[in-house]
Amino acid sequence: MIKNFKDKNLIRLFTDFGIAVVLILEIIIFSQVSPYFLTADNLLNISLQASVTAIIAAGMTFVILTAGIDLSVGSIVAFAGVVTTSLIKLELPVFYSLAVGISAGLLFGAFSGYLAGTFVTRLKITPFIVTLALMTIWRGAAFVYTEGRPVWELPESFSFLGTGRILGIPFPTIIMIFVFVASHIVLTKTRFGRYVYAVGGNYEAARLAGIKTNFILISVYVISGVLASLSGVLLASRINSGQPNAGLGYELDVIAAVVVGGTSLFGGRGTIIGTFFGSMLIAVLRNGLNLLNVGSYVQQVIIGVVILLAVLIDQLRKK
Amino acid sequence: MNQNNLLELRNISKSYPGVLALDSVNLEVCPGEVHCLIGENGAGKSTLIKILSGAIQKDSGSILINGQSTQINSPLDSQRLGIGIIYQDFKLIPELSIADNIFLGNEILNEHSFTLNKNKMKLLAEAALHQLGEQYDVDTPIYKLSVAAKQLVEISKAINKQVKILAMDEPTASLTESEIKNLFKIIKKLKNDGVGIIYISHRIEEIFEIGDRVTVLRDGKKIITEEMKNVNRDILIKWMVGRELAQQFPKNVEIRKTEILRLENVRTEKLRNINLSLYEGEVLGLAGLVGSGRTELARIIFGADRIMSGNIYLNNKKINLKSPKDAIDNGIALLTEDRNLYGLFTELSVRENISISNLNSLINGVFINKPKEISDSKAFVESLKIRTPSIETSVENLSGGNRQKVVLARWLYTKSKIVIFDEPTAGIDIGVKYDIYNLIKQLVKDGIGVIVISSELPELIGISNRIAVLCEGEITGILEEHEISQEKILHLATINLN
Repeated sequence: MIKNFKDKNLIRLFTDFGIAVVLILEIIIFSQVSPYFLTADNLLNISLQASVTAIIAAGMTFVILTAGIDLSVGSIVAFAGVVTTSLIKLELPVFYSLAVGISAGLLFGAFSGYLAGTFVTRLKITPFIVTLALMTIWRGAAFVYTEGRPVWELPESFSFLGTGRILGIPFPTIIMIFVFVASHIVLTKTRFGRYVYAVGGNYEAARLAGIKTNFILISVYVISGVLASLSGVLLASRINSGQPNAGLGYELDVIAAVVVGGTSLFGGRGTIIGTFFGSMLIAVLRNGLNLLNVGSYVQQVIIGVVILLAVLIDQLRKK
Repeated sequence: MNQNNLLELRNISKSYPGVLALDSVNLEVCPGEVHCLIGENGAGKSTLIKILSGAIQKDSGSILINGQSTQINSPLDSQRLGIGIIYQDFKLIPELSIADNIFLGNEILNEHSFTLNKNKMKLLAEAALHQLGEQYDVDTPIYKLSVAAKQLVEISKAINKQVKILAMDEPTASLTESEIKNLFKIIKKLKNDGVGIIYISHRIEEIFEIGDRVTVLRDGKKIITEEMKNVNRDILIKWMVGRELAQQFPKNVEIRKTEILRLENVRTEKLRNINLSLYEGEVLGLAGLVGSGRTELARIIFGADRIMSGNIYLNNKKINLKSPKDAIDNGIALLTEDRNLYGLFTELSVRENISISNLNSLINGVFINKPKEISDSKAFVESLKIRTPSIETSVENLSGGNRQKVVLARWLYTKSKIVIFDEPTAGIDIGVKYDIYNLIKQLVKDGIGVIVISSELPELIGISNRIAVLCEGEITGILEEHEISQEKILHLATINLN
């Protein structure tokens, strides 16, 4: 009886997440060709490399579920990074400087998301245009703010966020797992999550069902903004500097991970678990190709092909 | 007779995983005949039409056109054989003009050139519409047209392709009485030209007016083909449903005269000077032509649109409805005309669709109390007799009538005191229609005030205790039960026109 139950769950995992099949295939192939691939060291390394975009992808899942898009995430990573690092450099006691710097970075992300959500709901401008504009604005602002120079010479204590480990597990990995578990619970178990699916599935029906659709839309952009800025802070800590060109092109990697994970760009359909697999699929691929010494240009081509294949397999499975 | 058949379908079968959609169905259509095809949803009508259109292929059986055996493997084959289909949801491009749409896929080019001969297409489009007795500026984009006009464009498109066989799927579903009369005139014209017409409809009354023969499908099987003059309404329904339906319109007789809703001098862009009361335990019908302001009136009571002036009172207390949420919080519910567009989340499950407006009462701290959600949804599925494999089934897999019941369950769950139905039975099987009438009866018995908008006058007259008639955004009369008649309603509905 119990065995039967487990089998059913396993089957569901495969049918619900066809993408998991591709991920497992990848892992099998790489473990055959590189003995180092399946070591604990390397797996933790993959999770660390994946964490920055995966955390953003969790937030992007909320936005895409409402049939929106957030192109501003890459620039938020940069601006949050330079704001946080520049504030940390102020001559404050260590604890205060970290607290002020990090909070300011996260608050900025929330503000940007609120701005995007307000433009989308109140002024009825399409999310693509609103976030495209914000993407340009924050990128430019990051360069203006730093006068084009990276913020260097940060206190030792700040680097723990990006490079520290707890029980051997990288701190960003722990944050990533926390973000995914929390997002999964919010989307599947709470009223807010249900409303996100409803608004994305049928906006007018949601409004007529008494849902505060504007609030839901603004909230998903805030979530996306905060998680992008969180990634920005982690990244700045890991590279131990605030770079105005950090996170360049992240928005596309992130959207790819979400879509590969089975979330519909038309909204209303998708899961956070899918996004997790999607993020991992791309991270594992990149790591494996690196181990095999495949050049970075060729890597881009291969990753593009695998994204297409993954989505194709997902489509075939649904038929 | 046989050599006379324009179209002959022999032993057509088609199965989908788990269902036999068509089981050895035969159908013959003669030139100049209107052959009605009736049956409940899922009986196989649309599958048959899809096979004719080339959208899907039959598993077995043969198709003969003018006595010649033929294959339909694609929509293009179907068009070449002179088959035209008018779907319920038109296949027109909204941004293109009437002329462009009529010639879509069939464009005329300038001689020795690859450029479009727009003048010629415009002239021919005008001629095609003229043949139907209509005059339009053929440069008008489709999105500016009424439903009836769009349908005329579809028919012109078919005529322009010289169709021999025209299948029409629920052509009158969203037309007004006068538009239907006009459509029937056109159908008769096509008949005279020798076109064979397959006419699908849920409205039994109208097939007596237009049909020559009728074929009844049930559960994928052909039950019978019969001359219209040999059948009556009751026998048709019996063939369709497979059982006899009792009294068609159940009505509640006791009305408690407690006013629950009152509109005073309400005005919006489309509505003028609306004064109307709704009492506990009554069905108030709203009659009027399409565009008379019936739906607008429903939407302001539901807070979906704002009023410009005037007052709305709920239980004698003035209320200010700024959004549907305000209305729902005040116990008002709206079942929209287009359930799929405005009512349902088709990707979500039956359970999620039922609970979506009542999650506030299901919250345990921050989490949804899922066991309660499941048991409550199950209770509604049972009490409303919603036919669904399980409460976790996506609503997209349910039939129209059962979808309507899901929306109703949602509003019963929020304990609504006023329920507004906009075209409650549009596109719904006759068997399920009867269920819906019974549910409305149950609602008023429980003291709920019900407002019903319907274009089907027999239905509206059958279930309403009072009927308010609208014309051009004004209430032109409120008929008490003993005053209600079809003539009076039509008179009031057109009193302001001209």
